[in-house]
Amino acid sequence: MAVQAKKAPIEPKHPLDDLIRTDRMPHIWCPGCGIGTVFSSCLHAMLASGIDLDKTVMVSGIGCSGRGAGYAKVDSFHTTHGRAIPFATGMKVANPDLHMIVFSGDGDLFAIGGNHFIHAARRNIDMTVICINNLNYGMTGGQVAATTPSLARTTTTPLGNPDSPFNLPLLAYASGATYVARWTMLHTREVTDSIQTCLTRKGFSFVEVLAPCPVNYGRRNKERPLDTLKMYQDKTIIKNGANPAELGVDFKKRVVLGTFVDVERPTFTETYDKLYHKE
Amino acid sequence: MSNPAVLTGEHYMTGDEACAEGGLAAGCQFFGGYPITPATEIAEHMSSRLPQAGGTYIQMEDEIAAMASILGASWAGKKSMTSTSGPGFSLMMENIGLGICTETPCVVVNVQRAGPSTGLPTLGAQGDMMQARWGSHGHYEIIAFAPMSPQEMFYHTIEAFNLSEKYRLPVLIMSDEIIGHMSEKVIIPDAKKIKTFERVKPKGRKDRFKPYETTAYGVAPMPAAGDGYRVHITGLTHDDRGYPAMSPEAQEIMMTRLIGKIQNNLDDIIRTEQYLMDDADICIVSYGASARTAYAAVEDARRDGIKVGLLRLITVWPFPDALVQELSRRVKAFVTVEMNMGQIHREVERCACGRAQAVLVGHAGGAIIPPEKVYAALKELTLKKKK
Ligand SMILES: Cc1ncc(C[n+]2csc(CCOP(=O)(O)OP(=O)(O)O)c2C)c(N)n1
Ligand code: SF4
Ligand SMILES: [Mg+2]
Repeated sequence: MAVQAKKAPIEPKHPLDDLIRTDRMPHIWCPGCGIGTVFSSCLHAMLASGIDLDKTVMVSGIGCSGRGAGYAKVDSFHTTHGRAIPFATGMKVANPDLHMIVFSGDGDLFAIGGNHFIHAARRNIDMTVICINNLNYGMTGGQVAATTPSLARTTTTPLGNPDSPFNLPLLAYASGATYVARWTMLHTREVTDSIQTCLTRKGFSFVEVLAPCPVNYGRRNKERPLDTLKMYQDKTIIKNGANPAELGVDFKKRVVLGTFVDVERPTFTETYDKLYHKE
Repeated sequence: MSNPAVLTGEHYMTGDEACAEGGLAAGCQFFGGYPITPATEIAEHMSSRLPQAGGTYIQMEDEIAAMASILGASWAGKKSMTSTSGPGFSLMMENIGLGICTETPCVVVNVQRAGPSTGLPTLGAQGDMMQARWGSHGHYEIIAFAPMSPQEMFYHTIEAFNLSEKYRLPVLIMSDEIIGHMSEKVIIPDAKKIKTFERVKPKGRKDRFKPYETTAYGVAPMPAAGDGYRVHITGLTHDDRGYPAMSPEAQEIMMTRLIGKIQNNLDDIIRTEQYLMDDADICIVSYGASARTAYAAVEDARRDGIKVGLLRLITVWPFPDALVQELSRRVKAFVTVEMNMGQIHREVERCACGRAQAVLVGHAGGAIIPPEKVYAALKELTLKKKK
């Protein structure tokens, strides 16, 4: 008598399973956090772009956003606070065949790491930099960042932020980035498309994605998680090609989203090879 | 065609240039630089020579970036190095720690100048020896060479690369302005005669590969990004898969491996030289430029019948504890000669452990120690002995 072997139930496979370190789940991100949505957009873009994922590297600095590299099933490097870009620069220059993605937070990329950002953009290192801008230092409990709006409350600006925030697309543009876009995490399709474009073009590409940190920023600024998303919907306007000087983030007015820069110029490696590696 | 990386022949060159040539001969393919006196010439020399050998020089925006870039390049599978001096060395500390924690081979050259702070930019010192040992946070082991001539700058750089690849960590070359800027004869042998150590690459199933699996000599094979292993590498405490592991147990396992791979291989790592030590009552301990003073002082003192010898530290870290302990049972006194106010002296004193006297001939920095100063210290010791 033939015994029918009992078939194991087929586990439904998520399209991103091959790109996620499922053995590291659950992730650290809080409920309502915007990072995960951007992270999954990034993975979707990596798949859709058709680039060789064995030759794709994700580098992060330190922060909640900086945990991205740890969950991506590609060669991935979780470096020091602010230093993802110079680490990735060394890697890309040493092996130009690699596709470099830097996935990190606003504090990491623009406060402690601001100097590296402007120089990598200036040199036109061929890499895609994705900044999760949650307007504060999430991981350390919600301190003021270089992107925190004026007057906003954080744990280190208890009476309001006396500083002014960076306009990140303007900074990227002025530094020489060849692709600059801004979205919110609610605009998942645009974020995915933008990142996909970055991965298949050459040059220094920058995507800023506004994302809520309800736990540390929203809570102190009278923004409930859904309020933030509502703002992302109601108070934003897409203006491709807008003047980078007019891209300050002020939700009392309209926050401009879109692709602002998409130009070509020789990368560091192209120029270096021409000058130094001629046969 | 001859190997363009190896400048075979007899040259008259500076220590800095010889260091760069050593890096090239060792197979360096990436240099992340930032100018600083008295190390600038290493970066300058590399910027013209490295591309001839197929490599890339990039001048980064600061030393933090320079250090980060060589770690990235190393994980791209290329031998990488940087050079600096005191202020830049301070800036590199955090990422040297990342290199230790992630077990990333690379070479960092510190051509020391007098500090603290901007100090004496153009004048030599050996004031960063303890910073080399403990400058990055946390507890760790490090390897540091101390060349005493341009010829040694060449060889030590090759050796530093070899040990860094073998034991997977940043290896330091603690040179100084005197050696870096001194010109002497440097002989570069035939490329075939230069022994280089090539990184051990993993074999076998990629999906089962663990980047920090403990092996017989304590060092795991290292894939490059792009090899298809899809590794995760972090400066957080991690397990053998490279995954963050936030527990005291994981910390202990990781630290035991990081420290053990050096501590269990001291015989392979430590390099020292002894001169006239067989019958010596007094042992001078010195390294780098100061060792040149020490040799002269030994000659002078021997001529006057003082039984003195020299222990020269070719690698300063890890410190040769066992050797100094053994010598402390044979000699009456140690005299440490160094261009600082007593750093390696403390190590000597620790290992002498009261069995032999430990005396310092130090210097605030800015000039090589005159042999007469060492001679005077030796004379005083012999007079004391007679009393
Ligand atoms: C050199 C250094 N300084 C400070 C810290 C502490 N630290 C960890 S994460 C972080 C801020 C992260 O902010 P951001 O990059 O905006 O990431 P988020 O958590 O908001 O995603 C800070 C200051 C550190 N890890 N290293
Ligand atoms: S603290 Fe803020 S940024 Fe960090 S995971 Fe929580 S919600 Fe996200
Ligand atoms: Mg943030």
